[in-house]
Amino acid sequence: MAFLSFIFRRLLQLIPTLAFILVVIFVLVRMLPGDPASAILGDRARDADVTRINAELGLDQPIPVQFGIFLKNIATGDLGNSIHLKVSVASLIADRLPVTLMLTAMAALIALVLAVPLAFVAATRQGRVADNSIRGAFQVGLSMPVFYVGLILLTVFGAQLRWFPVGGFGSSFVDHLYHLFLPALTLALSLAAILMRNLRAAIIGVVDAEYVDFARAKGLRSRLIMTRHVLRNALISTVTLFGLQVGTLLGGAVITETVFAIPGAGRLMIDSIYGRDYPVVQGLALALAVIVSLTFLLTDIVQAWLDPRVAR
Amino acid sequence: MSAALDTGSAPALSVRDLSTTFQTPRGPVTAVDAVSFDVMPGEVLGLVGESGSGKSVTLRSLMRLVHAPGTVSGAVSWKGRDLVAMSAPELRKVRGGEIAMIFQEPTSALNPVLTVGLQIEENLKAHTSLDRSARRKRAIELLDLVGIPAAASRLDDYPHQFSGGMRQRVMIAIALASDPKLLLADEPTTALDVTIQDQILKLILDLRDRFAMSVVLVTHDLGVVAATCDRMAVMYAGRIVESGPVVDLFREPHHAYTRGLLGSVPRGGAERTQLLSIEGTPPSLAAIPPGCAFNPRCSFATEVCRRDRPALAAYAPGRFVACHHHTEVAAAGTAVAA
Repeated sequence: MAFLSFIFRRLLQLIPTLAFILVVIFVLVRMLPGDPASAILGDRARDADVTRINAELGLDQPIPVQFGIFLKNIATGDLGNSIHLKVSVASLIADRLPVTLMLTAMAALIALVLAVPLAFVAATRQGRVADNSIRGAFQVGLSMPVFYVGLILLTVFGAQLRWFPVGGFGSSFVDHLYHLFLPALTLALSLAAILMRNLRAAIIGVVDAEYVDFARAKGLRSRLIMTRHVLRNALISTVTLFGLQVGTLLGGAVITETVFAIPGAGRLMIDSIYGRDYPVVQGLALALAVIVSLTFLLTDIVQAWLDPRVAR
Repeated sequence: MSAALDTGSAPALSVRDLSTTFQTPRGPVTAVDAVSFDVMPGEVLGLVGESGSGKSVTLRSLMRLVHAPGTVSGAVSWKGRDLVAMSAPELRKVRGGEIAMIFQEPTSALNPVLTVGLQIEENLKAHTSLDRSARRKRAIELLDLVGIPAAASRLDDYPHQFSGGMRQRVMIAIALASDPKLLLADEPTTALDVTIQDQILKLILDLRDRFAMSVVLVTHDLGVVAATCDRMAVMYAGRIVESGPVVDLFREPHHAYTRGLLGSVPRGGAERTQLLSIEGTPPSLAAIPPGCAFNPRCSFATEVCRRDRPALAAYAPGRFVACHHHTEVAAAGTAVAA
């Protein structure tokens, strides 16, 4: 009961968050240096043409009116048209965003698959060889920039060993997974390092807790003690960290998509910013912000499910 | 040293030369030093001492629940088997199934993220062949048995939804789920209000009768010992310094430390006398004085006390003391001059 009412209250909180996101995006895009008209027409544009373009795009209206139009359009699902590509922003996002989401999801999954078991091994062998090797390896992974790791993986596994393609996105679902593996791994390494460190510390903190002793005193099997009593409690803080890192992961996807030539939302975002393609930047920023907000929501729900004291 | 605290029949639990040592960067620290005692069937034994005297570590050592880098040696004989040497699967059957343990602080001993129902049922699952619905039924019975009102509706509640006293009852219900024959209780009432303390102690005694259990009760509270225990063992600096029936020890302590502990308890109803406090502080376990560990704080101490460590020895049937001058201590009595 407390859990359901917690989810409902948390959903209500989403409303002001989204409203704030809308304002920020609208304002920030208009604070970008340069203007769309000169981006379209080039440096030697005539004033008459600039005026015409601005009128076409509605940029000659007062700012509050522009914001009103912006809100009305979003409410009707109309995110406008790309200035350069001459197609609707909604269709561009529908085309590109799933690629980025797939990349991010895959990266998140790889990070978890790497981090959770290794954190467990490291924590239960604290201070011994296994612990030090795992922590040392991840320290190296964490200290190298994403694009550099990407280039190394690309050179070794793509160009030299030819195990994986060096770029592109493929055409079928399995093909997508195949193409996205290296970029996802690139993206996953630093997240895995952060999660591993956090979870290792959390497990070490929980393993000596009195309720773990009590579980031992009950005669439970070690595996049950480790999963139900230790891991579940340790994961509470790691889940929060994981949720917060999703935004970073999306940002990292922009770089990774560039290195691996993946036609995702990240590259679209970069191109649109350079081209002052306001409607696309706005639409993408909105979509990404909504996704991050929803991730936070999901994180909170998972946390409340793991720890009933949260959902009071 | 074989200090069997023999009272006639065969003991349920027999502890011999139990030692627990922690390896520290500054060398080994012995928290429990060659402790021996017996627990009779159905008896409540009080393990008494100040903080740091090793009484809680002793209790944990019996169940091999000492954290690394602690190591346990000696013998803990339970139903003809040695808990110290036992294999892990065997030990698992004893833990919870035959010997249960409850802790001082229910808030930290109950897993905060699991329902109390699950925490009872996992014990039943480990030690009984009851199916899911039978376990649930038994869990309700247990909560009811320890005095939780509306037990059936509390099964899906989490520990934080109970009050302190109720939480301690829940912990007892979880510990006793599989009918253990020995309960190890580590200061079970210290974290509770005085009125709740009495209820919990009474509950433990009731359950002792109902389950025909023995109880080892660790406490620093002599009032608790007087109210609940049959025999007591007094610990100081990791060793047992005196043991025997509670009535005898209260009437005629033979160790200056026991005498000091008794003298520091206010007694209602009696003639007003000055409260005695024991001078000084207990030694650090890393720097236990040579000879008798209590000698720097003892008004009876002589040269021999500073040189030779007294062994725990019987001076009367069922009564043991580790003191060179125990007859003088006994002769001094418990009354303190005003």
